[in-house]
Amino acid sequence: MIEARGLTKRYGDTLAVDNLSFTVAPGRITGFLGPNGAGKTTTMRLILGLDRPTSGTVTVDGKPFGQLAWPMREVGALLDAKAVHGGRSAYNHLLCVAQTNNLPNRRIGEVLELVGLSEVARKRSKGFSLGMGQRLGIAAALLGDPKILMFDEPVNGLDPEGILWIRNLMKALASEGRTVFVSSHLMSEMENTADHLIVIGRGKLISDCTTSEFIAANSQQSVRVRTPQREELVALASAAGATVRDDAGGALVLLGLTAAQVGDLAFENGIRLHELAAAHASLEQAFMELTASSVEFHAGLPAGAGRESAHAGEVA
Amino acid sequence: MATTATHEALVGGKLARQPAGRAGFLGTVRSEFTKIRSVRSTYWTLLALVLACVGIGALFSWGQTQRLTHLDSGRNFRGAHVPPGVAAAVAAEIHRSAASISLFGLLIGQLIIIVLGALTITSEYSTGMIRTSLTAMPRRGTVYAAKGVVFGAVALVTGLVTSFLAFFVGQAILSSQHVSTTLGQPEVLRTVIGGGLFLAACGLLSYGIGAVLRHTAGAIATGIGLMFVLWILSQFLPGPPSGWFGQADIDKWIPFNAGSAIWEHQANGLNPFSPWIGFAVFSAYAAVAVIGGLVVFLRRDA
Repeated sequence: MIEARGLTKRYGDTLAVDNLSFTVAPGRITGFLGPNGAGKTTTMRLILGLDRPTSGTVTVDGKPFGQLAWPMREVGALLDAKAVHGGRSAYNHLLCVAQTNNLPNRRIGEVLELVGLSEVARKRSKGFSLGMGQRLGIAAALLGDPKILMFDEPVNGLDPEGILWIRNLMKALASEGRTVFVSSHLMSEMENTADHLIVIGRGKLISDCTTSEFIAANSQQSVRVRTPQREELVALASAAGATVRDDAGGALVLLGLTAAQVGDLAFENGIRLHELAAAHASLEQAFMELTASSVEFHAGLPAGAGRESAHAGEVA
Repeated sequence: MATTATHEALVGGKLARQPAGRAGFLGTVRSEFTKIRSVRSTYWTLLALVLACVGIGALFSWGQTQRLTHLDSGRNFRGAHVPPGVAAAVAAEIHRSAASISLFGLLIGQLIIIVLGALTITSEYSTGMIRTSLTAMPRRGTVYAAKGVVFGAVALVTGLVTSFLAFFVGQAILSSQHVSTTLGQPEVLRTVIGGGLFLAACGLLSYGIGAVLRHTAGAIATGIGLMFVLWILSQFLPGPPSGWFGQADIDKWIPFNAGSAIWEHQANGLNPFSPWIGFAVFSAYAAVAVIGGLVVFLRRDA
C-alpha cells in the first residue's frame, strides 16, 4: 500500500508534483499515466525517498520508505535501466544490492534465471542492450521478493518481445497478490495491463479510477470504414447520428455507431464495404484530450502532432 | 528467454518474511566492499598507486646515490671541484632522511589515491548506481559511512603496503652507498607508517569532496588543487615582508605540508609542525571534507 497525501515537489520555479493525493492498493496493477513531464518519475522518486518532498507526505505500508526495516523486502523499484555501474558484472551488481538487506546469495541465481540473464551473469553490464539492462534492473527489484513493485516506463525502447515479457511479468506479480505500480505515457499500454489508473498531468491528479471506468467514461465508439461509395455512406451515417471524418488512405472514421450498426446500414442500403473495423484508438485520443491542457511543452507543436504520437504509441 | 518461467519461479515467495532486526551498517559495509572489489578501475588505480610510489621513490633514491658517487669523485654535477668533507656531510644528510627519500613518490601517489577516493562516490552519480543503492538502502547516513569505512580501509591497507614497499626498495638502492636506514632507527617506523596514513587521509579528503561535488572531474581537480597546486604555490610565493610573521607560518598550514610532516624526516627541518600535530591538522582538513560530504549526501536529492 502506497499512500500519497498532498505530495508536492518544487524544483526552483517548476512545480513538478502539485498537491498529489492517491492510494496504490495491494494485489493489483495500478497504472500511473501521464504525458512526458507530468511528474511521474518525480513522484516515484519521492516515494523512494530519493527526493525530499517540498510538502506533503508519502508512505509505504504506513511508514516513510526510509524507515522500513528491510526496504528491499517491501519495495522493489525499476526507475531506469541505467542505474547500474557498467563496469560491474550482472552477478556482482545483484550481489552488492542483495548484501545491503542481508539477502541470501542463492536469491541472485534465482532472479537471474527469472529474467533470463543467467548466461551473461559474469559479463560486465556496459555491454548489455537496453532490454538486458531493463531485465537486470527488474532482477534487482525482485531480489527481496517484495510486496510492492514500482516500474517507471518499463517498456520504453523495448522490442515487442520485451514488451510482452514485461506485461506478463507484471500480471504474474499482481496475480501473486503483489502491488504493482507502473508508469507510462501510453494509454494503449495501460489498457492491456492495468486494473486501476491514476492519471496525472502537470503534477496534478486528473483521474483516479479503475481502467474499465476510465474507458467507459472516456472512450467513444469509433469505426473505420473503407468503401467505394463514400458519399452515400457519409450521408446515411450522418442521418443515423454519426460524426464522420476522413482518415488516412481514403478511409472514413465514424463516431457514434458500432461496427455492427455500420455494417447493417451498409448492407440494407446496398453499399459495398472494403474494410470495416472497430477502433480502440479513441481511448488514446481520450487520454490525449484529457491531458492536452496539462502537457508541459505543447507550445509550438504542429497541428496533428497529438495524433502522430498516438500512432507512435500503438506501434511501440 | 524466461517468458514462461515467470509463474513457477515467483509463486510462493522464496524468502522468509521479515526477519528480526533491520537492514543496517554491516550488510551495507559488505555491499560496499563488493562494489569496490568488483570493478576493474579499483585494481588499476591501486596498481598505479603502488607502481608510482615505489618507482618514483626508487628513482629518487638512485639519484641520491648518483649524487654521492659524483661527490665521492671530488666533483659535483657540473663537474666543479668540491672541497673535501662535503661528500661526507651530504652522505650524513641523506642517511638522516633516508626513509623520506624512499617515500618521495608519495608526492605523486597522493594524486592517484585522490582519483580513487573521488571515484568511489562520484561514479555512483555518473553511472546512476546511486538510485539503485539508495533504493536498496535508503538510510543515507549508513550508506555514506559504510562507503567511507570500506574505502578508508582499502586506502589505508594499500597505503601501508605501498609505503613499506617503497621504503624497502628505496633502502636497497641507498644501501649501495651505505646511506640506507632501517625500521629500527628512531622515527623511521613512524615515517613509513605515516606514509600509509597520509595516503588514506588524502583518499578520505577526496571522498568528502566527491560527495559534495558529485562530479568526477570536478572532485579530482579540486583534490589535486588542494594537495598539489597549493603546495607548488607555497614553493613559489615570496614570503611576506619580514615582520610579524614569516612565510613558514603560512606554509605549514598548506595541506600537503601539514600532512607530509608525518612522513618527512624531522632532521631536515622542513616542517614547522611536528609529525603528529601536522597529521592532526591534515586529518582535520579531511574531516571537514568528509563531514561536508555527509551533510550534502543526507540533504540533497539523489
